[in-house]
Amino acid sequence: MLTARVIPCLDVQDARVVKGVRFAGLRDAGDPAGLAARYQDEGADEVVVLDVAATPRGRAHQLGTVRAVRSVLGIPLTVGGGVRSRADARALLEAGADRVAVNTAAVRRPELLTELADEFGVQCVVLALDARAVGDPRAGAAGRHEVLIRSGGEATGLGAAPWAARAARLGAGEILVTSHDRDGTRSGYDLELIAAVARAVPVPVVASGGAAHPEHLLAALRAGADAVLAASIFHDAEHSIHAVKEHLHAHGVPVRRADRLLRPIPPMHDVSC
Amino acid sequence: MSRSVAVDVHVVQTGVANLASVEAALARAGARALPTLDPAEVRDSARVLLPGVGAFGQAMAALRAHGLDQALRGRIAADRPTLAICLGLQLLAEASEESPGVSGLGVVPGTVRRLPDGVRVPQLGWNTIEAMPECTWLRSGCVCFANSFALREPPHGWRCAMATHGVRFVAGLERGAIVACQFHPELSGRVGHELLCRFVAAGTRAPC
Repeated sequence: MLTARVIPCLDVQDARVVKGVRFAGLRDAGDPAGLAARYQDEGADEVVVLDVAATPRGRAHQLGTVRAVRSVLGIPLTVGGGVRSRADARALLEAGADRVAVNTAAVRRPELLTELADEFGVQCVVLALDARAVGDPRAGAAGRHEVLIRSGGEATGLGAAPWAARAARLGAGEILVTSHDRDGTRSGYDLELIAAVARAVPVPVVASGGAAHPEHLLAALRAGADAVLAASIFHDAEHSIHAVKEHLHAHGVPVRRADRLLRPIPPMHDVSC
Repeated sequence: MSRSVAVDVHVVQTGVANLASVEAALARAGARALPTLDPAEVRDSARVLLPGVGAFGQAMAALRAHGLDQALRGRIAADRPTLAICLGLQLLAEASEESPGVSGLGVVPGTVRRLPDGVRVPQLGWNTIEAMPECTWLRSGCVCFANSFALREPPHGWRCAMATHGVRFVAGLERGAIVACQFHPELSGRVGHELLCRFVAAGTRAPC
């Protein structure tokens, strides 16, 4: 049986991990490769690196970060931030990403998703979808969340669930759905948003934005998410990934835990046969 | 195995991007990845890894364009250490629903089929595999998948590991020195690392 994934997210700027509160007020929190290796040892199922300030000038930094993280990481790595073209995606994949996440560029030019899927396969293409709650609560869940782009700076008028469904048809193999309202608030995921997107697509859905407690992750999985992403609760070591997975397991959610229970995992680069 | 002895693994470069994860994982297992499109190398070298990201039809076309289909069949017939990953496993089969009308390498009987509706496709993440007790390469454990297609029937003449995602499917195959994984050992943490170490040690005297 496929297990629920617990995914630490590294928000990276200029090759350093920072963390966002509503995408502003960033605070330095460490070295990407060191943090990724720590999370791997704690039982992370994959790692997401989002370059929160990816620009053409920042691209070299971003590729260097991906190479450094890849060299220590023996679990999947998704990278997003500023991906606008097949060439951008290819550069990240060649540097060591397993999947690339596309956000603004996919809204501006949805066929990019198809181009990426045709070239790299749907399993390499993640749609990152940022949304906020809007409008009339009687309009139904699908009409109650609007997609935002440019790190939340621009509203699109697109409904979250319809955009997710279209993106999956076009070639996105996974939807990473972030609540802009909840991000950094520590008030839990937007379960309505997650449930609406999870119902709308046949591909896996990753919940993001607002997690502060293992209960929040459990609630998102019960709302229909296939994976849960969080940043600050892991960065601050409030709750280790291991502890979170034990909590999920205790509540009947299948998670990967054998690696951890059989023996502690030394850092990958120190392992010899 | 001593870290100081670099073991070479020739990696078939079918033109589809992303060998970086495989190369990094081989490095952690003490091996050097050497990308190749040379049929003689693919047929005769000590260890060959057939990776696979991309579509069945494209990958078979790339193999045929370089004469690597015959080289791989020859290599497998001669039982030289070979590790096929993800699409690499599917390419060993006769055909795939992903690319109707395209013949696979035909080393493994059966047709690869799309995973069923009713579960998330692609299958992304960690799933439990059960290896037959007689398996020598594959071990039961939790490993990492990223696939929309899979072989469903255990093929005659091969030892198997099986898993379930909506339907039972072949998670791994082995026969002699040939091992094929529907999962990604390079992304499967310690379990995957240990499999790569066993493969890297193939044909050397070092125990692993």
